[in-house]
Amino acid sequence: MLGYSFGELGSIFAMQAFAGLILFSVFVLMALGLAIIFGQMGVINMAHGEFMILGAYMTYLCSHLFSAYLPGLYSIYFFVAMIVAFIASGALGLLVEWGLIRHLYRRPLDTLLATWGLSLFLQQAYRSTFGAREVGVELPNWMMGSTNLSDTIQIPINGIFVMVLTLLITLAVYLLIYRSRWGCQVRAVVQNRTMAGAVGINTEKVDRYTFGIGCGIAGIAGSAFTMIGSTGPTAGQLYIVDTFLVVVFGGAQSLLGTIASAFTISQAQSTMEFFLSGSMAKVLALLAVVGILMLRPQGLFVLKVRR
Amino acid sequence: MTGTAFLNRKDLIGLLLLGLLIVVVLPLAFDIFRLNLIGKYLTYAFVALGLVLCWGDAGILSLGQGVFFGLGGYCMAMFLKLEASSPEATKIQSTPGIPDFMDWNQITALPLFWRPFHSLTFTLVAIIAVPVLVTFIIGLAMFKRRVGGVYFAIITQAIAAILTILIVGQQGFTGGINGITDLRTLKGWDIRTDHAKYVLYFINASLLLGSIVLCQYVRHTKLGRILVAMREREDRVRFSGYDVANFKIFVFCFAAALAAVGGAMFTLQVGFMSPSFVGIVPSVELVIYCAVGGRLSLLGAVYGTLLVNAAKTMFSEDFPQLWLFAMGALFIGVVLAFPDGLAGIYQSYVEPHVERLLALLPGRSGPGMAAAAPASRPE
Amino acid sequence: MTSRDHRTQLHSATRRKLLIGMAAVPTAALLSRVARAAGPATAAVNTTGLAVTDDTVTVGILHSVTGTMAISETGSVEAEKLAIDQINKSGGVLGRQIKFIQEDGASDWPTFAEKARKLLVNDKVASVFGCWTSASRKAVLPVFEQYDGILYYPTFYEGLEQSKNVFYEGQEATQQIIAGLNWIVKEKGAKSFYLLGSDYIWPRTSNKIARKHIENFLKLQVVGEEYFPLGSTEFNSVINKIKLKKPDVIYAIIVGGSNVAFYKQLRAAGIDLVNKQNLLTISVTEDEILGIGGENIVGAYAAMKYFQSLDNPTNKAFVKAFKDMWGQKSVIGDVTQAAYEGPWLWKLAVEKAGSFDTDKVIAASPGIELNAPEGTVRIHENHHLWSKTRIGRARADGQYDVIYETAELVEPNPFPKGYQ
Repeated sequence: MLGYSFGELGSIFAMQAFAGLILFSVFVLMALGLAIIFGQMGVINMAHGEFMILGAYMTYLCSHLFSAYLPGLYSIYFFVAMIVAFIASGALGLLVEWGLIRHLYRRPLDTLLATWGLSLFLQQAYRSTFGAREVGVELPNWMMGSTNLSDTIQIPINGIFVMVLTLLITLAVYLLIYRSRWGCQVRAVVQNRTMAGAVGINTEKVDRYTFGIGCGIAGIAGSAFTMIGSTGPTAGQLYIVDTFLVVVFGGAQSLLGTIASAFTISQAQSTMEFFLSGSMAKVLALLAVVGILMLRPQGLFVLKVRR
Repeated sequence: MTGTAFLNRKDLIGLLLLGLLIVVVLPLAFDIFRLNLIGKYLTYAFVALGLVLCWGDAGILSLGQGVFFGLGGYCMAMFLKLEASSPEATKIQSTPGIPDFMDWNQITALPLFWRPFHSLTFTLVAIIAVPVLVTFIIGLAMFKRRVGGVYFAIITQAIAAILTILIVGQQGFTGGINGITDLRTLKGWDIRTDHAKYVLYFINASLLLGSIVLCQYVRHTKLGRILVAMREREDRVRFSGYDVANFKIFVFCFAAALAAVGGAMFTLQVGFMSPSFVGIVPSVELVIYCAVGGRLSLLGAVYGTLLVNAAKTMFSEDFPQLWLFAMGALFIGVVLAFPDGLAGIYQSYVEPHVERLLALLPGRSGPGMAAAAPASRPE
Repeated sequence: MTSRDHRTQLHSATRRKLLIGMAAVPTAALLSRVARAAGPATAAVNTTGLAVTDDTVTVGILHSVTGTMAISETGSVEAEKLAIDQINKSGGVLGRQIKFIQEDGASDWPTFAEKARKLLVNDKVASVFGCWTSASRKAVLPVFEQYDGILYYPTFYEGLEQSKNVFYEGQEATQQIIAGLNWIVKEKGAKSFYLLGSDYIWPRTSNKIARKHIENFLKLQVVGEEYFPLGSTEFNSVINKIKLKKPDVIYAIIVGGSNVAFYKQLRAAGIDLVNKQNLLTISVTEDEILGIGGENIVGAYAAMKYFQSLDNPTNKAFVKAFKDMWGQKSVIGDVTQAAYEGPWLWKLAVEKAGSFDTDKVIAASPGIELNAPEGTVRIHENHHLWSKTRIGRARADGQYDVIYETAELVEPNPFPKGYQ
């Protein structure tokens, strides 16, 4: 690091910390939907990435619709797109739960295979509908570019956007699960399905909406990722391993754990990325996670449940 | 189960029929091009066999079987590549005598871990030993700490991802994303000729039949029984004084060794090895083959592998745009409607008729290879 | 025979096609039936049992239409079908209409090898147009050598290969890299470079050649070199490093979905490619810009042999014909154009050889010149193409402005001395 002034190093350090925070937000967004589905229901949804990409495609469609019919409102189309993405992915999630998942609650490993089949199906559906090529999602101008905190520190605006979005969604999920009546039912079902049913909770309905909301959040995440990643039929697969590791590392039933693990993994990875090549940083980050999981298989945070 | 014969009459008939199919019928029915393809599919069947024991019997789902398939295949490929890179054959390189991809990556001497692969004996040992060592370490770390089920599946999947990135990234040592290609001879014997392909096909087929017998033997022993018991009520097995982890480690290693043999045979028949067999997608596909055939049936797993691959080849030849739809639908359909796969269908719809026929013959005995199914399903 | 004799009338063929019009299928069929009349006897032009009849010849198209690579390979399939269609309408090859069998490599390398074997052994095709990634080419190469087939390979690639059975229509690494680096050093006064790439053989080999050229021949400085796993979408850290090292040129060879993430994050980080930062890439064609979005990459320089906006009559006719056939929204990148050359190069070689036999076609190929959309190209003895290298600058509408081209055709040199 010779030849750089302390000022420069300081601002790079700040920007790098910020890069880590953006990665953290991205991880949280990816993992939240999955944490709800996997953590609360014990269902492994291998098609999670495809639900995200559905959200991304919805954003793509919205951007086209707005530029064609409502050019005046183009600058705010993204907010509408996120709502559409939530509804579309959520609705598909409800449908999938009804047609597929609810038959497999007693066989978690089988849900894994079935949802893998579903992901192949969805990929081909996207390819047939939107073409094999990646589509470019145009963003309103105000979302691109960066803002200068000081002369040397620049922060990307879409990064801030992702962070704020993550914060809002996390808050919403927290309120939903820990402060609403419905969330109370969800937690009851997680802790003891039979007893929950016995006290009059409609467990099937709770399951269906939990799955739907998890998928809907995946849709929002996909919508947000059009700002930083690519949108194509197979792009969803890129996220699957990272997402599952974040959830498992955090301890599957704990929302706080998911957030803590997303923070740990993202900071570790972005720090290593700065000193090593991108490839090696990725390998080391994954290795570290797997290694820690071997030592502490239940993840960072565990909810003690008698089964 | 009566007596010490671990193959009862029904098993023997099933095995003979399969043997007849892959050793006699298929070679007569298809030309060498198609037969070579079938040989390739049969290498996947090794993995499916391992999964029957590991997943079907013991309830441990590994989504990283591609790793062990790949390790076996890479070991074989390293030996073949060294033989193909004799100093005479590579004299245009700046360093003759090392594999071509190393030369392109400015490696001037054979890396240390490649050297033992000059020896065929070492290679044959390594094909089994390397994957088994890896599984042993993973198994020791995970099963001793009682990691299982979904967590285990996800961690094995992460391992598959790591190994792929490593192989692709370290291209000077591994051939990178292109893999190890252009393999020619095995101890001077050209593996690319039609004759060699026939020979390799039959070696592969007999190894597979042998593996089925071996798997059936393992299932028949007390160990096999404990595996099933473990899947059903792990705690009770533990309270009965068995060390559950050791049994799990064993069956995981056993499945890995089978996968590695499949990988080595794959390399020999296809003529190259690349990281595209190590990753997540091929690993899940391997599980699917087993699921379609029936996770509780050794013979079913082989038939399942053959059928899915044949369907894949046919679909992608005739309806390239649609085959993902068909495959997706197949997976969902099998899991939803036929959790015991083809073998389950056979047992509920075909077997009663067969039994009636067999009943005419004397000397029937209890459940065997095709039906080691317990009353309830795993998880 | 001078190469001049073999310069094709591609231009007039395209023109005729335009006159016929896409919709006029009966007319086209009629025309082709007329044109079919005068071909030499099959026994004379096909002594090795290829799929050649008195009025047809069968070729193979082998690309991925499913899987991750389908995104990239679609354009090549379309271009090859267009070329075959045009050749058929202009009378076919040696009086024979070209039929094609299309196989799907499914983005899976053994499947490529398997399908290549099927095309050569079962279908006995006279030649194959196909493959896209190096890995798929490496997988099929032994098959083509064993069964003595011909492969026309469209992609620009890392070099280090030369097979008697393959014709490389794309540029090998030195053709693409050296001219581009020389230009940016001369025109932009660049002194320092930051090399980036996806982590696999093509970017690594290309960056190795770039580094040797920068350090040993230009005597300039490489300040960083980094690789990212295929499909990686996180580039904020490396963008910070770039801000720290302030290179004159970012030299990026990132592929696939990562491209989209990289350019979006670059723009979001406030790196201004139009006015402040030079970025030179060899991996982003017009096809990729569709996914990246023109507004994210505007101002970047690309060094390759073809851009859709090239201003010459052959190219204009080609672009029009391509859009008429595959839709007005389609774009044509470097590889797509190279794939289009394949059937034409094969036709010329067959006609020069007067035979479909692979050994005669291969022997006749070196020296053949084609007036392609990119301009004249010539087949080198090493089976690569002599071609010009051009620099394009990305516009916001997803096209490139061609701002420079080499004066002469650049010689292909797949085993460059001093760069290994």
